[in-house]
Amino acid sequence: MRVTVDQDKCVGSGQCVLAAERVFDQRDEDGVVILLDAEPPAELDEDVRQAAVVCPALAIELSE
Amino acid sequence: MAAAPERVPSRIVVVGASAAGLTTVEALRRFGHDGALTLIGDEPHLPYDRPPLSKQLLDGTWEPDRLRLRAPEALDALGLDLRLGTRATALDTDRREVCLADGERVGYDALVVATGLSARRLPGTRGLAGAHVLRTLDDALALRESLRGGARLVVVGGGFVGAEAAAVARTLGAEVTLVTDEPAPLADALGAEVAGMLAGLHRAHGVRLSTGVPVREVTADAGAVTGVRLADGRLIEADAVLMGIGADPNTGWLRGSGLRLDNGVVCDATLRADDGVWAAGDIANWPAPEGGSRRVEHRTNAAEQGIAVARAVLAGPEAAVPFETVPYVWSDQYDLRLQTYGRTRGAERVRVVEGGTDQLRLVAVYGTSDRVTGIVGVNLPRRTRAYRRLLTGNAASDENAVGAGWDAVDAIAREDAAPVPQRTAG
Repeated sequence: MRVTVDQDKCVGSGQCVLAAERVFDQRDEDGVVILLDAEPPAELDEDVRQAAVVCPALAIELSE
Repeated sequence: MAAAPERVPSRIVVVGASAAGLTTVEALRRFGHDGALTLIGDEPHLPYDRPPLSKQLLDGTWEPDRLRLRAPEALDALGLDLRLGTRATALDTDRREVCLADGERVGYDALVVATGLSARRLPGTRGLAGAHVLRTLDDALALRESLRGGARLVVVGGGFVGAEAAAVARTLGAEVTLVTDEPAPLADALGAEVAGMLAGLHRAHGVRLSTGVPVREVTADAGAVTGVRLADGRLIEADAVLMGIGADPNTGWLRGSGLRLDNGVVCDATLRADDGVWAAGDIANWPAPEGGSRRVEHRTNAAEQGIAVARAVLAGPEAAVPFETVPYVWSDQYDLRLQTYGRTRGAERVRVVEGGTDQLRLVAVYGTSDRVTGIVGVNLPRRTRAYRRLLTGNAASDENAVGAGWDAVDAIAREDAAPVPQRTAG
């Protein structure tokens, strides 16, 4: 799975980090998402999907 | 004849096409439901997101297309029977049918109620020009239109919607007065210290605050608002009035259905309301782990419950697991981003643990005398999240308690002094 994030849309909720902390982090100053791994291993697929769904800003896009 | 096990629903109907309903249908497909799936929504628009209504949509940086929850192609791919602009008017739980406004009845094996909330209005304001609420896209566009040209806006209510709209309206050049019977906007939700900081910020941006006095009525002439009359007789003149006085669950169509309705749809811990019926989002009222019941009107809760209900529907009542969450909400006002985890309303104790109100950035911990129940952060998002673990069961020294004791707060505060740990690879 390939992950892209839209930092302009991100509202810094950190919900993605809670769902998949090996894939997402937040900038210290404004909480905006940092993508740690754009092609995470398959065992993280479900966590990454959860992150994309709970993102309140719809800032995470996934493609197979 | 062996009856098919009831817990494999072939026809699933979701009523409510906003964040909770849409997340539910999407998760149902993702978790393998390939049978009939109907999504019914009363608004004519493709499913859209609500938090930006009082933020980027209202201030004009975003147009409605940007609020779409999913692109039209992504919706198509779900293979839904999508009924927009369609109001559900009744529920027949005996025959397992949803009745629509046009008289059609839609049968279901499993039903998810996600009809959300309607904004409250002050008496006599329906149909009055210049009297606004802010719940739907159409509401937000109408309010945005009314803020042009230095209009005089009175915001009634000191909640998140009112405070955000006041900030946006001021930024757009409107004359803004915010009226609340609380000592400050958001005083109930955030306590005197943080609410006081926000009040100062609103004043500094030129919002007039009228606190401590309730509203008596919206005044009008020739079908248009002229102002707001307070309980002490004062009149505040206005071209537009925004009523930000909360919202009520849309349960009218469920009357007589046999579902238990009490501040929403009453559910069990797995969000199941009755045989074959579940609820998700703002409307679901489920037992709180700390006792009593809980209904959460937040965007992230809608998505989390949509996923949980999709799992519960497909698992069946015996296998469903209780829904657990740490409620999260954020609010943008001017250059401040405020983030809240857990419960802060009515806290007995509030402690600012990092930053301070004078810096316009802080983390504050809320709770009862002995337990932490909520966290508020202002412009410190990453540090605010660090304290969230006080609210999950793992942090509690007492396994039965929901939040950690206050002594656990200092350990997290001390982390800040140390360098942020480097993530190890893999």
